[in-house]
Amino acid sequence: MAVSGLLFIAFVLGHMYGNLKAFSGEESFNEYAHHLRELGEPMLPHEGFLWIMRVGLIVALLAHVGAAVALWKRAAKARPVKYVAKKNVGSSLSSRTMRWGGLTLLAFVVWHLLNFTIVKINPSNGETGGENPYALLVETFDLWWMTIIYLVAMLALAFHLHHGTFSSLQTLGLTNSAASRARARAAGWVVAIVIAGGFSLVPLSVLVGIIEK
Amino acid sequence: MKLTLKIWRQAGPTAEGAIKTYELDGVSKDMSFLEMLDLLNEQLVTQGEEPVAFDSDCREGICGMCSLMINGQAHGPEVTTTCQLHMRSFNDGDTITIEPWRAEPFPVLKDLIVDRSAFDRIIQAGGYISANTGSAPEANSVPAPRDKAMRAFNVATCIGCGACVAACPNGSASLFMGAKITHLGELPQGQPERWSRVVDMVGQHDAEGFGGCTNIGECAAACPKEIPLDVISQLNKDLRTALKNGH
Repeated sequence: MAVSGLLFIAFVLGHMYGNLKAFSGEESFNEYAHHLRELGEPMLPHEGFLWIMRVGLIVALLAHVGAAVALWKRAAKARPVKYVAKKNVGSSLSSRTMRWGGLTLLAFVVWHLLNFTIVKINPSNGETGGENPYALLVETFDLWWMTIIYLVAMLALAFHLHHGTFSSLQTLGLTNSAASRARARAAGWVVAIVIAGGFSLVPLSVLVGIIEK
Repeated sequence: MKLTLKIWRQAGPTAEGAIKTYELDGVSKDMSFLEMLDLLNEQLVTQGEEPVAFDSDCREGICGMCSLMINGQAHGPEVTTTCQLHMRSFNDGDTITIEPWRAEPFPVLKDLIVDRSAFDRIIQAGGYISANTGSAPEANSVPAPRDKAMRAFNVATCIGCGACVAACPNGSASLFMGAKITHLGELPQGQPERWSRVVDMVGQHDAEGFGGCTNIGECAAACPKEIPLDVISQLNKDLRTALKNGH
């Protein structure tokens, strides 16, 4: 759970960097997207780097979801009779929403891949398979409701990362003092704000017209 | 003080239980929570009703026998054990909900009493050190660094009451285990069994049916002895090291 989670954090950081290329214009963004397919050539085949990433992410996803399901089942079995009254006093909201938040993110990832990778659905006109990633990006986020969906997903991501960063460090046994625990908590805030904030900049900028065709 | 008490009543381990409501008058603010329950039981006995069964022993906050989920908090609203909780923490006219610890490995025996033998079996699995019996060894023959001794001492205050399990949304006993592993692992005397200890205790914990830790932190907030969350990190670190070394 912790290791696959940290791999996801590394991935979304790289993904966010790529997205921010949208601020340097259509040519630069599309060039970046194109170059991802050629990265490592001729040592790697065409799209070789992408496929290594994809396989790695799928393996990490299976490990992450598998561990989550196992923990969820164990928790349900460990407390078959619920409390009539139960207060939460020492936990963050993010720590208590990891499971439903994770499911939200999973549903979002399915749509996100249909939107930008597998089918390339353009929600503004229903066309599929467009060859211009920048145009697809701008046309998608020109729709206010698409931007809202993505922003909600980024909120879910921020919550997940806020607890997930701390939790993974704790699970790996790296928070053995009050000071290191405080640093891990702070890291959770930084990772959540930087990544969710960085991702949100692009759809917001498209919506208000800073990024346009 | 006049109180409305909603208390879990269950005649036996296999009986169906339910919340029952009682009105109790004449509660003094200086009473401990358990004395308040004693008062209720006196009233129930005179009415010919079965008194409420609850655990208690030392009544001075050091034995770990008392429990009770009070208004959704293990040991109630103060950072202490139920026996050291006083009625001044409540107001006249309050409704107080009292339930037993809820966890599959802590089955209810009667009313508010649960069986915590699962903790004993976790201790038996690894929460011990090997020591020669006979005359006491010379006190300074095994030096312990001060910071390690202090950390061991601070977490050795765990009284095994089970509040961490009761408060944990996952029903995990990781804080309890972490306290034992940190306590024994920080001291020279705990080193010979250090790596088998963590593997055996975690194995027993899982076999008992406790849930897995997701680092939520309700346990540390509920702990009457303020055991910090970093003992779970220590537990994980020791487990990682033990598995790496083939235990």
